[in-house]
Amino acid sequence: MKLNDEESDILAGKMGVVAQQALQHQIKVGEFFGAEDFVPVTQAHLMADTESLGEAGVRWLENLAATDDGRRQVRIPTITDPRGTDFSKAALLGQTSAMLGLERRAIAALVKLGVAMTDTCINYQTIQAPTRNEHVAFGDTGVVIYSNSICGARSNFEGGPSALSAGLTGRTPRYGFHLPQMRRATLRLDVEFTPTSLNGWGALGGVIGRIAGNYWAVPVIDGIQSAPRSDQLKHFGASMASFGSIALFHLPGLTPEAAELRDVATPGLPSLRVTKADIDELQNSYHTDDHVDVVVFSAPQLSLFELRELAELCEGRRFTVPMLAVTSPQVKPDADRMGYTARIEGAGGSVLSGMCFYQSYAREISEANGWKRLATNSAKLVNILGGYGYRPMLASMEACVDAAVSGRLARI
Amino acid sequence: MKASLFRARHAIGRIVRGTTLVAHDGFSARYDLDRINGVFSRPTHKLAGQSYVGKILVLDTAKGGVATAWMLHEMQSRGIVPLALVFNSVNPILAQGAALGDVSMLAGFDEDITSAIPNGVEVEVNPQMSLLTVMSYQMDGPICRNE
Repeated sequence: MKLNDEESDILAGKMGVVAQQALQHQIKVGEFFGAEDFVPVTQAHLMADTESLGEAGVRWLENLAATDDGRRQVRIPTITDPRGTDFSKAALLGQTSAMLGLERRAIAALVKLGVAMTDTCINYQTIQAPTRNEHVAFGDTGVVIYSNSICGARSNFEGGPSALSAGLTGRTPRYGFHLPQMRRATLRLDVEFTPTSLNGWGALGGVIGRIAGNYWAVPVIDGIQSAPRSDQLKHFGASMASFGSIALFHLPGLTPEAAELRDVATPGLPSLRVTKADIDELQNSYHTDDHVDVVVFSAPQLSLFELRELAELCEGRRFTVPMLAVTSPQVKPDADRMGYTARIEGAGGSVLSGMCFYQSYAREISEANGWKRLATNSAKLVNILGGYGYRPMLASMEACVDAAVSGRLARI
Repeated sequence: MKASLFRARHAIGRIVRGTTLVAHDGFSARYDLDRINGVFSRPTHKLAGQSYVGKILVLDTAKGGVATAWMLHEMQSRGIVPLALVFNSVNPILAQGAALGDVSMLAGFDEDITSAIPNGVEVEVNPQMSLLTVMSYQMDGPICRNE
């Protein structure tokens, strides 16, 4: 990779050992993908839950943070994805003191590195959405696909080590979706049905993700009626990224790089049709039981509007199985002030903050609580949890609330 | 001895030799693995129930989220890790995870590598040469492909 003078100084250790190690890591990744040089980035978003980090990852962070040369801190705003717990609700989840201890060590190390503990996967709704053509280094695939597609920003999937490296060096290797030519559509989907529910949007994203199939695919999706809301696109993108590892999509007339189809698509692009039956089939494939052990709203964290809707559905209800609603530390105080938290918890639910269900030792909390059959309106969550031993089922928010009351999930 | 060589467009890591575990399926450490017991745990994965420890995984493409970037490092620290990864295509997360976790990886071939490589055979992964070599004792010389 071509390095400028500043990058050469970083690599030589003139900016400190932490930045040096970060750039060395970035060069390995950049050379793997044939990046010619680096591009400056303005923000970094870092996934570092301790189930992923483990003891080894926490020690790795602590070693970086122990560097005492006065130059160990990030040089651009660097924020965090959800943590592995809500400390105030850890007992409810059945998490152990060892898990919480590891979380506290990771937090302490990240703070020493100058990272802001925002603990959110909806930073584009709560912290600061990137702007068109802004180069960023974001982790969490849902954050990346929303930022690329809806905001027109430029980011690859940056896993924890690379997002932290970008924070420490202020740059990232220029490959993938930092390059204009990689952002053009590679396939076209003609959608015959526009969902209205969040689970429907998630299921549509899942269908498209499966079809598109890999990170380098860029679907352009035609046929969406009306302007989707931010929460609908949040579930749509997060699911597409989860099912297909997709980082960018275009909606002609809706997303910023595709005022018209021809702006992103060349004539003769491979084309496929997506029907309502495809969406229903994906949802039905997960409905493997009529009973539920737990109901979860998470992945991505809920916006204030989602919590408002959930609070209304909880009015006058009494849950017989646990119902967890997970939001960000930025939204939670507003949900408290607006009375949404009290209404949800008044029905027997729990509002958790700063974590995400699948990033919170999902296997262990399943075993601790006997949670296997899980109902959710998040297509992303059902795609993830099978490997953790759950039988996840996808349904509307209304059906999930009903299931929390009766213990039974109605079939669509 | 006869060997088959496959050239990759992307490579990282050290030279390793081991036994393949092959499937035309995706890969995510978070979505697909029971990392405590070292087996594929997603029920719908084609390798469900099989151990990945010490194997050279030959799979189609990267799926899912960003956790693999940390998890390869974590698995490496406990010795519950694949020996190497060989994929038709990868996303940045796998490359970042391989770089941090010191896991050898090849990706990007001119043919479907999951069809070309048999399951359970010994192969050599050579990132320095960007080459995957299938060792076969029934044949008498190397066959070079994708060059």
